[in-house]
Amino acid sequence: MTQPHEHAEHAHPSNRTYILVAAILGVITAVEVGVFYLDALKPVLVPILLALSAAKFTMVVGFFMHLKFDSKLYRALFVGPLVVAIAVMMAMFLLYGVFSA
Amino acid sequence: MSQTDAAAMEMHSATGLPNRKILMWAFIGSECMLFGSLIIVYMVYRGKSLVGPYPADLLNIPFITVTTFVLLMSSLMMVLALSAVQRGDMKWGKIWLFMTALLGMVFLGGQVYEFSHFVHEGLTLKTNLFGGSFFLLTGTHGAHVAVGVIWLMSLVFMAQRGRLTQANAETVEIAGLYWHFVDVVWIVLFTLIYLLV
Repeated sequence: MTQPHEHAEHAHPSNRTYILVAAILGVITAVEVGVFYLDALKPVLVPILLALSAAKFTMVVGFFMHLKFDSKLYRALFVGPLVVAIAVMMAMFLLYGVFSA
Repeated sequence: MSQTDAAAMEMHSATGLPNRKILMWAFIGSECMLFGSLIIVYMVYRGKSLVGPYPADLLNIPFITVTTFVLLMSSLMMVLALSAVQRGDMKWGKIWLFMTALLGMVFLGGQVYEFSHFVHEGLTLKTNLFGGSFFLLTGTHGAHVAVGVIWLMSLVFMAQRGRLTQANAETVEIAGLYWHFVDVVWIVLFTLIYLLV
């Protein structure tokens, strides 16, 4: 049987960290919209926007949802289905040529 | 065995983790699959509408950027609410919870405005593939936001009646997990629907 302390949850971040994360999220959103309007970046728009979106996603899940600090079991419960969902999405996108010119 | 011991055993699983939190993470995992399937539908149908209006004719990027920012900031309010409740500062816990719900309502207001504008411009569920998949995807997300707002307001009400205390901070944490997930979904939708037009 798993011992309770094995999955001990760590202390959550401070309010200052939360505000810093929110500020970074705001800046990334502004960068996303800026990139969207820059014609020079059109050829690489998709990878840039997906990378920025993934960064925001990771920050919210890691800091605001505390997945970075909490038990690995929660991480498994979230990341497992997420990986399956992303794999199915990628397969369908490839099958239907979603990102092909 | 005392009633307190029995209650403690009921609330925690063999892993030593709270049952309700495990359940919420499992639910969020299942929600990833739900939104994943809806995103697939939207992306596969993207650019395949035979009649207008088309996304480029309707999508208002500056407007939706503001509502996206509002939803992001609601997540900040939510973590501040949890932090306050965990400290036992119920006054600020209540204020931050109310602010989170308020920003959620502002986001929903923006979505209602956007939907009504699109319908006025001739885009409905039946108009074309864009209309059907757009309203299905963003409507499902909006319904989740509405559930979150009701949940948060019920917590504010509980706090107002003195039934939400530092002892049940986990209740706020679980509501927070749901709220942040709704935010995370929007982060993805904002990019896929509005920026990758």
